[in-house]
Amino acid sequence: MCGIAGVFHFESASRPDKNLLQAMITQVKHRGPDGFGFHISNQIGLAHSRLSIIDIAGGDQPIHNEDKTIWVIFNGEIFNYIELREQLAMHGHQFYTKSDTEVIVHLYEQYGDDFVNQLNGQFAISLWDSKKNRLILARDRVGITPLFYHLDNNRIFFASEIKSILAGMGKSPTLNPDGLDQLMTFWSAVSPVTVFQGVYEVSPGEMLIIENNKITKKRYWDWAFPISPSEYLNSPENDQLDQLRDILINATKIRLRADVPVGAYLSGGLDSTVISSIIHKYSDANLRTFSLQFNDKELDESAHQDEVVNYLKTQHSSIRCSTSDIAENFLATIWHTEQPILRTAPVPMKILSGFVRRNNYKVVLTGEGSDEVLGGYDIFKETKIRKFWAKRPDSSMRPLLLKRLYPYLDLSRNNARKYLEAFFGTDIGLPETDYFSHIPRWTTTAKVKEFFSTDFKLRLSDNAISNMVASLPNNISQWHIFNRAQYIEAKSLMGGYLLSSQGDRMLMANSVEGRFPFLDHRLIEFANKMHPNLKMKVLNEKYCLKKAMKADVPPGVLARYKQPYRAPDIPAFFTGKSPDYVDHLLSDVNLKNAGYFDASKIQLLLKKIRAGRAIGYKDNMALVGVLSTQAWHDHFITNYQVNFTDKSVNTFK
Amino acid sequence: MDTKSKLRTYILESFLFTNDQNALADDDSFLEKGFIDSTGILEVIYFIEDQFKFKVSDDEMVPENLDSINKIVAFVQRKKA
Repeated sequence: MCGIAGVFHFESASRPDKNLLQAMITQVKHRGPDGFGFHISNQIGLAHSRLSIIDIAGGDQPIHNEDKTIWVIFNGEIFNYIELREQLAMHGHQFYTKSDTEVIVHLYEQYGDDFVNQLNGQFAISLWDSKKNRLILARDRVGITPLFYHLDNNRIFFASEIKSILAGMGKSPTLNPDGLDQLMTFWSAVSPVTVFQGVYEVSPGEMLIIENNKITKKRYWDWAFPISPSEYLNSPENDQLDQLRDILINATKIRLRADVPVGAYLSGGLDSTVISSIIHKYSDANLRTFSLQFNDKELDESAHQDEVVNYLKTQHSSIRCSTSDIAENFLATIWHTEQPILRTAPVPMKILSGFVRRNNYKVVLTGEGSDEVLGGYDIFKETKIRKFWAKRPDSSMRPLLLKRLYPYLDLSRNNARKYLEAFFGTDIGLPETDYFSHIPRWTTTAKVKEFFSTDFKLRLSDNAISNMVASLPNNISQWHIFNRAQYIEAKSLMGGYLLSSQGDRMLMANSVEGRFPFLDHRLIEFANKMHPNLKMKVLNEKYCLKKAMKADVPPGVLARYKQPYRAPDIPAFFTGKSPDYVDHLLSDVNLKNAGYFDASKIQLLLKKIRAGRAIGYKDNMALVGVLSTQAWHDHFITNYQVNFTDKSVNTFK
Repeated sequence: MDTKSKLRTYILESFLFTNDQNALADDDSFLEKGFIDSTGILEVIYFIEDQFKFKVSDDEMVPENLDSINKIVAFVQRKKA
């Protein structure tokens, strides 16, 4: 991965300033510490910070075509570049590097805007066609690689991270109240909105075309599912599983292409084990794996990790993450996420990428995406149970299935079935709603908003859920309820949070690139045509993956209950002495200055926490949500001058 | 402080995060108001056990005993009697 930044001037006789581009690209130096490159001409300025992975000697960017009329800066990887290069050479294109970047300019010459459909990879691309005075900003299909933009009167700024845009804007940003309201419902704002007023992301699967003073959005790809049962694959189950396996093996193999060694994350769960097994069995790569451990036994998965390491004989290293490690890394984490978070889960991912980098690795494969593509999350199970229950809302037996949902939680004292029913029964009468699957989670998350100040609530103009509904495809109601849940999950939690706050941002904070075989678009397109019953057989999640990969993974991994990745929340900040920033950021005066939260409610929350009585999800999410929003405000608004305009260097850079 | 005042203060401060006495009536259902979930009810049980010095058994963890200020007060009085 790398960092990109740029500016386009709508006025034709105007040339971007090199100093401004320098200031912008310096903000993302952590994404690409191996060198900067610039291209400045009339109307356009492109800047690039490089993390060298492919063609280390010759791959400096920007890259141009044969007559230097087309220029590109690119963050990401094109995994099928070898095949594309052969194909383009046959059409007579001349290459001056061995990099994957160079195929982009020639593909554009050959196919125009359709070039993007040829790419298998993860990418944020800015392409300048000087003959047509045309700028293209394109982002990968599922949102692995970030790309943001901001429009002022006569310029458009764009960059891998919002920090670069803030440096370009030259004035302090403000919070977008509706963006925060959405984040406190869905864990991130609804794309393309961000929590920064006036800053948007290029949505996954979209491109922006800027030409003749007009900006056009074009969607080139989306998750799509059958609208009638006959459209699902009807070949025998074993044939479908063989195909799934073949695609996954190829998706993994092409993600090992690099001129530096490639490692893998190993959580001890099914997905990362499958990826590690494929690398072990089907490639010549020496397998080097990394994992996290926690002191809290409920969160720690090291026993499962050891089982896989022994089975695959990988060269493995793990790093133990304590509550104080999380507290120490929290502010830097928010500097990188650029948005508030509701759980501390991103923080250990940043610690892990730092550990990988210290071990001299800069590329890792992970199992991310499997749960969305193949239906692994509890939310899909919940949906199935709730749908079944909704057919007979008065049944006393049906909600008993809920007990099968969370076997890993300590329910020894929890006989409070009525309360579980109340939670999962939220809007049980609405099974045909497009977002039926997500009602319990969104309702619970939205409780954090009870801490909003009265003034802030008045600044909200939209309803978060109607915004989400408006972003859904027109034909979603015709899809199977399981597929609807998959779509919403992929577009909200995965795109906005898992691949961002918990993914790219935590990896790139330490200049480490993540690669995700389960998010290969060929695999997604194939899996979307598999019937939901193959993804979840009764209540057995990811049945197809377990069966397809049975011969390659240790039996214990197939048998274990799925454990979601979690990290300590409240205990990170209130075990022993709290870090000084907790009192500072949550002081009455700072809460009132920022204006988002009701200071008196926060003081009562702190009182409850300090009395050791805050044990529920709601209080944990509230504390992390409020603290991270205050940290966000401190980094990007209170300290704007220091961090984005002065020469002084921010401690997190 | 009597049982009811203690409970009121606790529920208001710990679940509604307010000292406004009007925020909750003595007969308001916690489940219907939506501020107590399955972990929230465990917090209430720990509080009752801690304050009133008796154990709440699994069979007693039902809304009939725990779903409003008045229901908890009556439950505590029955247990203490």
